[in-house]
Amino acid sequence: MDTAVTAKKKWWGGGLSPFNTSYGKLMMWIFLLSDTFTFGALLISYGTTRFSEPYWPDPNFVFNKFFFVEGNFPLLSVSVMTFILIMSSVTMVLAVHAGHLRRQKEVAKWMLFTIIGGLMFLSCQAFEWTELIKEGVTVTHNMFGPVVNGHETAGPASFGSFFFLITGFHGCHVFSGVILNIVILINVLKGTYEKRGHYEMIEKVGLYWHFVDLVWVYVFTCFYLL
Amino acid sequence: MANTQAMDVNAPAQEQEGKDPVVRSLMRVFWILLFVTLIEVGFAFLHYYTHVPPRALLNALFIGLTVVKAFYIVAEFMHLKHEVKTLIWSILIPLIFIFWAIVAFLWDGSSWKNMRHDSPNMEMTAPWEQAHSAE
Repeated sequence: MDTAVTAKKKWWGGGLSPFNTSYGKLMMWIFLLSDTFTFGALLISYGTTRFSEPYWPDPNFVFNKFFFVEGNFPLLSVSVMTFILIMSSVTMVLAVHAGHLRRQKEVAKWMLFTIIGGLMFLSCQAFEWTELIKEGVTVTHNMFGPVVNGHETAGPASFGSFFFLITGFHGCHVFSGVILNIVILINVLKGTYEKRGHYEMIEKVGLYWHFVDLVWVYVFTCFYLL
Repeated sequence: MANTQAMDVNAPAQEQEGKDPVVRSLMRVFWILLFVTLIEVGFAFLHYYTHVPPRALLNALFIGLTVVKAFYIVAEFMHLKHEVKTLIWSILIPLIFIFWAIVAFLWDGSSWKNMRHDSPNMEMTAPWEQAHSAE
């Protein structure tokens, strides 16, 4: 970025970054790598517990509410949430691109759309949680159990614990992402990056936002599809 | 393609709205992600209503498509594909530990299941199967 990439460059000869990137972006990558391990550990422990249980509720049966419409809609609301997060990832990448071109107003516009997407996602999650708690799934209880010898029983409590822990931890990341995006948007509007001469902060916060989207891709598969 | 960022800096404000090649390639990634998600949800519905793809095959498909989506997000949106090789490998090599943990712990999980004493051979039916058999 700062220096053009040529074929025969001595990356480790000193005087330039061997990673051809700024300190801030490299540190963001390292942080995201560590966060990958945190989410990886959570999802793997969920998988381990699920493998050890003789019975596990079917997500098509558990997640079948679609916002304020009555009826049986398996997976529909969570598909909408996935779509919202992908959309907000696209608006973020467009903000980064507008930043490269140093178009202040365009950056502000796309950042605003990204923030709106994040807030929409959080609202959907609030709805999802409310419905699930109303139906009797909490961190310690799970009403979606098997029918044993003709009697309905409680399901594995770990279903609720892992669901609320992992989607909650992800939602916490989305929430911090929205806060960071708002801070960046204020700085864009104030002209901080225009004065600085580059919009690299958008790239850093963009990396974080895409990572949140990436984690959702895995949460979506592990909790709703498998 | 090798370094789109450098290209942007060298040629600012020349591209016109809508004809920007970078925007076009980003939108391409968006359509791929949307399309893959729709395929996933479509197969989930297909299985829900007809039980057509067997569960094992379906799960393999879901995991495969998830990896495809992850690749496009990391490579294009997070721009990793266009970084120097040192950075790419610094990020990818540590993920070996994740793969090891997936194999080791899921193996452990199914082993625990085999050692359980609290689930004798009871007849267990899922509530949704119960509803079907009652009809």
